[in-house]
Amino acid sequence: MRTRKSALSFVAALLILAMVAVGCTPKPESGNSGSTNNGTTNGETSGESTAGKVFRMNIHSEPSTLDPALMEDNVSGTLATGIYEGLTRKNENGESIPATAESWVKSDDGLTYTFTIRKDAKWSNGDPVTANDFEFSWKRALDPATGSTYAYQFYYIVGAQDYNEGKTTNADAVGIKALDAQTLEVKLNSPTPYFLSLTSFYVYNPVHSSVKDNEAWAADAASIIGNGPFKMSEWQHNTSIKLAKNDNYYDKDQVKFTGVDFTMISDSATELANYETDKLDYTGKPTGEIPSEQIPVLRESKKDEFVTKGIASSYYYQFNTEEVPFNNVKVRKALAMAIDREAIVESVTMAGEVPSFGFVPPGIIGLKEDYRNEVKDDFFTENVDEAKTLLAEGLAELKLSKFPKVTLTFNTSDGHKKIAEAIVEMWRQNLGIEVGIENQEFAVLLKNRTAMNYQISRAGWGADYNDPMTYMDMFVTNGGQNNTGFASPEYDALIKKANTSGDQAERIAAMTEAEKILMDYMPIMPIYYYSNTYMLKPGFKNIFLDYKGDIDYTRGYYQAN
Amino acid sequence: MIKYVSKKFLSMFVSLFVLASATFFLMKIIPGDPFIREKAIPEKIREHLFAMYGLDQPMWKQYLMYLNNLLHGDLGMSMKQQYMSVTRIIKESFIYSAQIGLFAVIVSLAAGLILGIIAALNHRKWLDSVTIIIAVLGVSIPNFLAASILQYVFGSKLRWLSVSGLNDPTDFILPVLALSFLPAAFIARLTRSTMLEVLSADYIKTARSKGLSGRIILVRHALRNAILPVVTYIGPMTANIITGSVVVEQIFGIGGIGKYFVQSITNRDYTLIMGLTLFYGIILMAARFVTDVAYGFVDPRIKMTRGGGKG
Repeated sequence: MRTRKSALSFVAALLILAMVAVGCTPKPESGNSGSTNNGTTNGETSGESTAGKVFRMNIHSEPSTLDPALMEDNVSGTLATGIYEGLTRKNENGESIPATAESWVKSDDGLTYTFTIRKDAKWSNGDPVTANDFEFSWKRALDPATGSTYAYQFYYIVGAQDYNEGKTTNADAVGIKALDAQTLEVKLNSPTPYFLSLTSFYVYNPVHSSVKDNEAWAADAASIIGNGPFKMSEWQHNTSIKLAKNDNYYDKDQVKFTGVDFTMISDSATELANYETDKLDYTGKPTGEIPSEQIPVLRESKKDEFVTKGIASSYYYQFNTEEVPFNNVKVRKALAMAIDREAIVESVTMAGEVPSFGFVPPGIIGLKEDYRNEVKDDFFTENVDEAKTLLAEGLAELKLSKFPKVTLTFNTSDGHKKIAEAIVEMWRQNLGIEVGIENQEFAVLLKNRTAMNYQISRAGWGADYNDPMTYMDMFVTNGGQNNTGFASPEYDALIKKANTSGDQAERIAAMTEAEKILMDYMPIMPIYYYSNTYMLKPGFKNIFLDYKGDIDYTRGYYQAN
Repeated sequence: MIKYVSKKFLSMFVSLFVLASATFFLMKIIPGDPFIREKAIPEKIREHLFAMYGLDQPMWKQYLMYLNNLLHGDLGMSMKQQYMSVTRIIKESFIYSAQIGLFAVIVSLAAGLILGIIAALNHRKWLDSVTIIIAVLGVSIPNFLAASILQYVFGSKLRWLSVSGLNDPTDFILPVLALSFLPAAFIARLTRSTMLEVLSADYIKTARSKGLSGRIILVRHALRNAILPVVTYIGPMTANIITGSVVVEQIFGIGGIGKYFVQSITNRDYTLIMGLTLFYGIILMAARFVTDVAYGFVDPRIKMTRGGGKG
């Protein structure tokens, strides 16, 4: 009797739980609160009345800031694309096109740019966007008190570095000047052909002058005033951000979405599940991720939605050239030549990466077209026999009887680990050498790399602006990024030449020469050029990734097929 | 009672001080800093940022400064999330974790106790075996697996519930269930074993021979004694669950506090690391304190007046 009663209550409890689970769910998600008319109807019914009006994507995690001056990651950058607009923006080919500036004039010596701000440019609160706003914003980014980590992106401008480093407190000495409300004059230290490309970079975005009265303005949706196609409508920290169309935007007729919803889901399987249950219109890079093991399956099963796009980023290993055995160029070359890059991208990474035999990735503009098309990356080849010979010669030169014990370090990640394991195995089979692998937490790895406390280290680099220089100036002697020990006066001279010349042909020639020297000396071993994989629901048009893989959704629209 | 409480509070204060100090120095020992990037920040800018956050000062000075701020209730600003104070980050994310956490505590207590009692009352019968199997599964299935299975079945396949987020009341069901599995199973086993022990004790036999009804024996005598170990477990369990689960929050895309525990260290967000550690410490100590007090109610033999705690 007693037992039956308990058993009954147990079953009853289970039933109640099940009822809770089932009972409240099948209605359409009317409770999906939000100021914008968000929401596809439930599951399978495709009577999409509101679908496609709001674009929904995942940004993985909370943006560290929405203050352009302080931005440094692509999550913030993705939001900046909607909320703010610089003097220029990028089209699908990576070219700078007029945005808040309707036109500009470059002086003959290439040192002065004069931008004309369009008259109808407005902030989301209706105030006009003026040249003074740009002068204020850029100088604010340079002000040491702002604490901008990317302030050095302004160092091409006269006086910018001195002001940022506190050598002078006189902001007037910086070559940024509003001549009148519509005219912005910028003076450069040397002709910088890619300066225009920088003006669409997020640190160059303007901020409303009222921000100086509210230090924490960028931490809440209500206090953020932008000048982009969208404006902030809701920010639930660590959870979601909603943008609504900005009716004060000068080009609002071209903006078709009524809003953009961003979720902050950090688990890639969950992101995919949301895409598959129609809660997201977009999944994958740059701010999300498709689980790597799903990529080969989805590429086949979702042919119409799956996209692979090469982006201007390089994945490589770097050597510590100050230590045995990598102080010998033949040893470095042997290792670079003894791996099978095709196998790595085909069976390890599997996301459409491209094997690399140079440093500058495709997507970067050269003289007329893609630099990588103009200058082929055939600086070296894979050749196991030659690698063996080189290794033997190198070890003999070092007076070593056998290859010493070395370690390859990479920052903790499943992907990096698989690649490291594959490469170490290739070295073992092809060269008969043993290389240990060790994962280090990212900050630890960076610290060790800066201190030259490593032997081989994984590294990656994405473009900051659309010019080969964003890669080539990394390896100047004692450069902040050059922690390989590589030092070549010849290389330095070529970079300097490219940096001071206003003639693009001369610059490209100098950088081509420099890349050749870099690959001859081989302080770094190229592995592949990155690509981004993503999926986009059918019907969405004009949403694209630019040359460096940043997403532009501002002119996207939905058209049912 | 007052003496007991004040003594407890004093020891909590000392523990927190030790915790804060140890964390402070341990955290500084980890290589790296908040301003280390793959794209290296120029030296001058780095120096300036260090000065802005007082990281250029000698370690002992930083420590004293931190303690001073702490005494004024100021946990500082996050070094990663611009313009966000640590207090605000904790407050805004803890709401989510606490919500699903408290539901999970209730669900696991209810489910665990019911299962445990059923098993004990049906000792060596099939219902017992079934609950044991459920309990063993609950303990041995890691919560990321439970979460993934729940998400896949009810979210992706059946589409009864959203796969992630907390936009709708029903969105709570899956994360709460995922969080409850392990504690529920643990409580079930605990309850079962102590119940079995108690049910065979002499005083139960006495009660039975006195002719008391089964239910009175169960509730007033057996359960009251059997629940003691469960009460011990509830405190730390609650502290653990409401401070968030990295895995469950990640899988269900919940902006809770759990993920900050890992993230803050990855980012070397010193102020946030400190804030979270102290917060967790306080929650844990508070939970233990409540547990100690609760003992008094469940077991009258335990007196708090003598300041001992466990009698």
